[in-house]
Amino acid sequence: MSVAAPSASRRWPLRIVVLGYLAALVGLPVVYLFVKAFSSGFGAFWHEVSQPGSVGALELSAKIAAVVVPVNTIVGVAAALLLARRRFVGRRFLDLTFDVPIAVSPIIVGVALFFAYAERIGWFGPWLLHRGIMVIFSPLGIALASMAVSLPYVLRSVLPVLIEVGEVQESAARTLGAGPWRRFFTITLPAIRWGVLYGVTLTLARTLGEFGAVLIVSGNIQGKTQTLPIYIYDAWDQNYDALASYAGAVVLALISITALVVLSILRGRERKLHVNIA
Amino acid sequence: MRPLSAVGAVGGATLLVGYLSVVVLIPIAALAAHGLGISIDTHGQGFAFWDWSLHTNFAGFWHTVTQPTALQAIWLSLWLSLGVAALNAVAGIAIAWVLVRDEFPGKGLVEGVIDLPFALPTIVAGIVFLFLYGASSPVHLDLYETRTILFMALLFVTLPFSVRAVQPVLESLDGHAEAAARSLGASGFRTYRTIVLPSLLPAVLSGFGLAFARAIGEVGSLILVAGGLAHTTTASLLIYNLMQGPPSTQVEAASVSVALLVLSLVLLSSSSALSHHFSRRLTA
Repeated sequence: MSVAAPSASRRWPLRIVVLGYLAALVGLPVVYLFVKAFSSGFGAFWHEVSQPGSVGALELSAKIAAVVVPVNTIVGVAAALLLARRRFVGRRFLDLTFDVPIAVSPIIVGVALFFAYAERIGWFGPWLLHRGIMVIFSPLGIALASMAVSLPYVLRSVLPVLIEVGEVQESAARTLGAGPWRRFFTITLPAIRWGVLYGVTLTLARTLGEFGAVLIVSGNIQGKTQTLPIYIYDAWDQNYDALASYAGAVVLALISITALVVLSILRGRERKLHVNIA
Repeated sequence: MRPLSAVGAVGGATLLVGYLSVVVLIPIAALAAHGLGISIDTHGQGFAFWDWSLHTNFAGFWHTVTQPTALQAIWLSLWLSLGVAALNAVAGIAIAWVLVRDEFPGKGLVEGVIDLPFALPTIVAGIVFLFLYGASSPVHLDLYETRTILFMALLFVTLPFSVRAVQPVLESLDGHAEAAARSLGASGFRTYRTIVLPSLLPAVLSGFGLAFARAIGEVGSLILVAGGLAHTTTASLLIYNLMQGPPSTQVEAASVSVALLVLSLVLLSSSSALSHHFSRRLTA
């Protein structure tokens, strides 16, 4: 393929070193996860997965995702439209704000939410308490934490596509008298649909898997504020229940591998999509 | 690009700013205020802000972050993350090289494996490392509560960053300059050092910054394998431990968070500035 491609004999050593490194660092742990989880048979695995604690955690994770993903999708697409098509004061600030949750440690995101909304110590804690709203140590806090950590994914997946597509067609539709909603649904959305789906997949995967930020705000109340990642941690940390934590980990791993497959299919559809999940 | 004029667009932008405030901006401000001991005393004057007074407690912040436990944790995080990001940068070049310049059966699978640590929730990585390299290790490698296992876990979760930063740049190099250098008698290593490496440097640096930022904030993959020793408590684990205590230690957690935040932002922005510097030199 390239002019300077070294001869086959000289490629071998590096290939072996790289493949060995990847096998030891990634291959071994991932294979071991599945081997260990199914070592006592599929029945034992299924028994663990169908425990009330595990089912409850999966249910909460699904509910959180059902709220977080649509909200962050709308926010991401709206922000992408603003950043790609409009100039306004604070444009750069808006752009940067979306990357804050990526640059900042998830645990710091959790601590920050705590100091804004916790019952006594938080800025708005007393005000919220007075109105009977509990944010920290409740699913609401988990939703906020998940919204924060998955904030940039839709925007970062859609923005490059939106810039690439340009606004010629949109302008044409406007001069022909199409309203903003009609322009969005008939021209803009079809153009960015793979980008949106890509961002949605990333958002979903991150929301289901988030640990650090959720750990701080969840309070780890079984059946109430335990998402699946917190359940996995708790099963080992509190009960030394290796099987339960393993079964939960396999469920999460299967979800994320599915997400990876979806992402690679979407990348094939739209060559503009990079893995800038940074 | 049109100016923001229509009522709908202005309304949308306002809603967006409100959302960002609730989710990101206000919490970060609250964190900074608690961490640095900044508070406003209204003296019961309600909205009469001219009677309010501002209190700061920078000395308290400094006292917290310079305590031996906090200092040790921050240093550990800093060195671990720098080490992981550096090794990752080297490994990233090698992996990207093999993926771009080499052909072998099963390359598609390797491509998929690279992204796996990114997709896998970090607590899953934590569980696997705990059982693979813990007390009951099937490979007879008990690294529980050691810095080695922290390093390995971080190496795992940051793997994709430098590979995915370097790969597209390597793909864009067509090899003509390299071929020219080789035909003029340059050795393989010299060609690599003078032609390939300078082109890759900006990408390597930005991958380094991303891996560092990820490593210094990592919790999920470390919390189970770190155990409870001070020797293996990174800054983010210390923050978690402090948050388990009463409000007085929770405020200390805010202070350590502010220190960690500043540290990672400084490194992230300097690596991206360096990356810009080298990519400008490249095109000049």
